[in-house]
Amino acid sequence: MDGTTLGWWGVPIAILAGAIRVGTPFLFVSLGECLTEKSGRINLGLEGILVMGAMVGYAVSYLSGNPWLGVLAAGCAGLALGALHGMLCSLPRVNDIAVGIGLMLFGTGFVFFLGKPFVQPQAPTLPALHLGSWSTSPQIESALQINALFLVGVALAFAMHWAFRSTRWGLVVRMVGDSADAARAMGYTVNRVRVLATAAGGFLAGVGGSYLSLYYPGSWNEGLSSGQGLMALALVIFARWRPLHCFLAALLFGGASAIGPALQSVGISSGYYLFNAAPYVLTLGIMIATCSPRRSLTSAPGELSVTR
Amino acid sequence: MSRTSYHPSRRDVLKFLGAAGITSAFGGVMPRAFAANKLVVGVIYVGPKDDYGYSQAQAQAAAAMKKIPGVTVLEQEKVPETIDVQKTMASMIRQDDASLIFPTSFGYFDPHTIKMAKKYPDMRFAHCGGLWTADKHPKNSGSYFGYIDECQYLNGVVAGHATKSKKLGFIAAKPIPQVLRNINAFTLGAQSVNPGITTQVIFTGDWMMPVKEVEATNSMIDQGIDVVTMHVDSPKVIVETCERRGIYVCGYHADQSALAPNGYLTGAEWNWVTPYTDHVMAAMEGKPMINFLRGGLKEGFVKASPYGKGASSAARKQADTVKSKMLKDTFVIFKGPIKDNTGKTVIAAGTEQKQQDVVLEQMDYLVAGVIGKV
Repeated sequence: MDGTTLGWWGVPIAILAGAIRVGTPFLFVSLGECLTEKSGRINLGLEGILVMGAMVGYAVSYLSGNPWLGVLAAGCAGLALGALHGMLCSLPRVNDIAVGIGLMLFGTGFVFFLGKPFVQPQAPTLPALHLGSWSTSPQIESALQINALFLVGVALAFAMHWAFRSTRWGLVVRMVGDSADAARAMGYTVNRVRVLATAAGGFLAGVGGSYLSLYYPGSWNEGLSSGQGLMALALVIFARWRPLHCFLAALLFGGASAIGPALQSVGISSGYYLFNAAPYVLTLGIMIATCSPRRSLTSAPGELSVTR
Repeated sequence: MSRTSYHPSRRDVLKFLGAAGITSAFGGVMPRAFAANKLVVGVIYVGPKDDYGYSQAQAQAAAAMKKIPGVTVLEQEKVPETIDVQKTMASMIRQDDASLIFPTSFGYFDPHTIKMAKKYPDMRFAHCGGLWTADKHPKNSGSYFGYIDECQYLNGVVAGHATKSKKLGFIAAKPIPQVLRNINAFTLGAQSVNPGITTQVIFTGDWMMPVKEVEATNSMIDQGIDVVTMHVDSPKVIVETCERRGIYVCGYHADQSALAPNGYLTGAEWNWVTPYTDHVMAAMEGKPMINFLRGGLKEGFVKASPYGKGASSAARKQADTVKSKMLKDTFVIFKGPIKDNTGKTVIAAGTEQKQQDVVLEQMDYLVAGVIGKV
């Protein structure tokens, strides 16, 4: 082995780097869903919104030449789909879960239809911040090439944590989510708050999608998402609707996705199917672990249709 | 109520329906019987057909078929390797009168294509990559494939010259014989330059896993690997990642040099136009189904991408020499003695397994120097 290789050290570094690189879309989608669910609705259509964000972001970046414009456009596309979900669910006797599934199927199909011409061209992608330039090791340098969106996501997690506790808006969202009757008594329009929360959640999920197509892996393709929007839903429940926990959970999921390739690259190749399935196994494990009958879902918003 | 109004009896209705049925039955059969110079071809892809990858290579051949007079081409993308492909084939045959089907993905063959070929014995099924055997599979089905390992061997030669760390990477989807053959040919090519070169293999588990493929590329580069090649359906993201991180890459399926102007060394490309034309012509002229169609560089089934900047003149010279031997059919990639990476001899000294040898299509080992497990 020569000096440029890390050997076994490569595994933790790859997992850490993977946690940041792969975890960022999870972070955005889960923060968006956290906001939506805090207001008392579940948006299962996030997978569709994520894919829509990825495609729109890539297309706008390609057509305009500015990747940040792509991020914004992706967010707006997500906002529109989120608002659609929010408004449909505001109609009487409409089930939010059914609408979400419809939105997911519609979103992915519609996006594949629209995204056809953008599979082949190469769009400009988001630049990375080189936070590792102090290190002499190229591996650490590359692991610390972090996208600005990740930092935005981290800041957002803290901001949401603060906002849910100490701002008027945050408290209104929580009240609407915990008890619609109380909110009505206080004079707030429940549906309006929920539509806004779902739309804002859609915006974040759209941005998460643009991260996939514009930074990592950095290309628009129909197999891009592979269920990440759905996994983010599980992640919100795991994080117990707490934004800071969403951040940690996103890192955990990202790291789990990096285990398979990292172990194979140092020569551990037995059971790679299992390692590749690590994030999904983790999702299942979390669901089982958090669904104990005694202390189940303690901090779940009271108006969520699954817990009501 | 008027007495002249006509009330059809049950018998009249049945007569009418029967006549309509006979007409439509003839309607269904007649065009097929008389249309010897007309042919509807159905092509089924597992992925999107414009992805710089496997399906794009097939779609280019399908596009060439559209230019043959009398040929209509139907295409369907993103058909999973499940019962879905049977439904797609059935609708192409029953609704659009397709009589020659190209199911292009490996997993379409067993059991889907075989089942459909038995169900529709008058139709032709030309599958890509399956191992057709006369005693097991229907006569109206067949398989075509190219010896792309020849190009992977050339990739290996160029990569062997380009690498400084003597460590190469191979990102593969699944450990099936064709993939293993490519990994082995690539490694043998590189070892012809320097016997100490190793190839690290990472299996991602499926044909299209963009995030996992990029993650694999990154962890390989972190381990000091400086040339990467692949066998996945859409190599685009891998090629782009290699370019971004400044290492060399050898392409696969189609020409990806536009994606990596600095790092693209060369690539193994399909040229499916040749087998497609053979099958379409056989169908139009009413010749028997071609059950087993194979070819390499010499037959024009595969080709190598033009050399990129990173390919040194020594690399070009050695690769060109090997290529000219391959074109003359005098080069054997799998020539004993070859040991696998557990130390077992898989091809004895003095034994040559030429490209046409079907033993190679059942390959289940990785040669010495490959780090990885089947």
